[in-house]
Amino acid sequence: MHELSIVSSVVESVTEALAALPDSSRGARVLEVRLRVGALASVVTESLEFCYGIASEGTPLEGSRLVVNVLPVVMHCEACAEDVELVGVQSFRCPRCGEPCSEMRQGRELEIESFEIDEMSEAEVKP
Amino acid sequence: MTTRIVELRRGILKKNDELAAGLRASYATAGVLVLNLVSSPGTGKTAFLERTLRELKARGARVAALVGDLETDNDARRLAASGAPVRQINTHGICHLDAEMIGKHLDGWEGVLLGGLDYLFIENVGNLVCPSSYDLGEKIRVALLSVTEGEDKPLKYPTLFNSADAAVITKMDIAEPCGFDRETALKNINEIRPGIRIFETSAKTGAGMEEWLEYLAVERGGRGQ
Repeated sequence: MHELSIVSSVVESVTEALAALPDSSRGARVLEVRLRVGALASVVTESLEFCYGIASEGTPLEGSRLVVNVLPVVMHCEACAEDVELVGVQSFRCPRCGEPCSEMRQGRELEIESFEIDEMSEAEVKP
Repeated sequence: MTTRIVELRRGILKKNDELAAGLRASYATAGVLVLNLVSSPGTGKTAFLERTLRELKARGARVAALVGDLETDNDARRLAASGAPVRQINTHGICHLDAEMIGKHLDGWEGVLLGGLDYLFIENVGNLVCPSSYDLGEKIRVALLSVTEGEDKPLKYPTLFNSADAAVITKMDIAEPCGFDRETALKNINEIRPGIRIFETSAKTGAGMEEWLEYLAVERGGRGQ
């Protein structure tokens, strides 16, 4: 339900980062934005994609693609002394030894990984 | 067309996380224990909090509460009956509280200074999904579940239950007529958050409140009683 505020913040951050790029990239168009989202980040990919179209309207991100890379939950299992990947999010037990795990190593990420821009060549800039 | 990939590696909720870190530091300086209460609408957060405020006040603790709702100040008025200072936060459609809203409502709260409090309770907007993403700088996040909601709620909403520091089961006084399966509920909470402290309470009869208040006092560092 809060996906619109999440993607609005993505649009804001990428717009800021665009403005901070060197002059040679001025006026660049954004083609794609890549996110890393943990399986426990409480956001729905489809909903992010839907809201992204609305949030990017009228910004340099309009028409770009949103790619959401979902990361599985990784817990540290004390019994195995190893980091283990959970199969789902219904049980926080080590899939190998069955012991409960409470230390999370991955799964709540909510970050912008990168964005791809189309830099116009000089010939295009000066018609 | 020349395309280029720009690495950003930036947290989407970075602004909230930074504000929350600032709040956490100010709570620590003030020596106030801050709790964030999260549940579905109708779990009985307000009734549970009302009783908690009353009992803490009776023990001489200095308490206050911020309460979030989309609209109305009904909950603030209910909680104010406890005699504790209460401030309503209306989010006007936003489904969660964020650190900025907390900061704004703490600033300029007439007659309330963090340094003059032992406990500050934040009652979040009734929602089991979105509030789990927003750090409010709290020390303890409490997930509440009522006996009328079904024992599998922790399995359905693992993101919240997994991020909680304590779980409270409410309305235990009507557990039997509701056919509440206590063992299954406790097992499900433990599957999602192994080892979490679970309190079985009733705001109506006062059951389980003693244990809860003891826990609060310990978390606060043995003071405030």
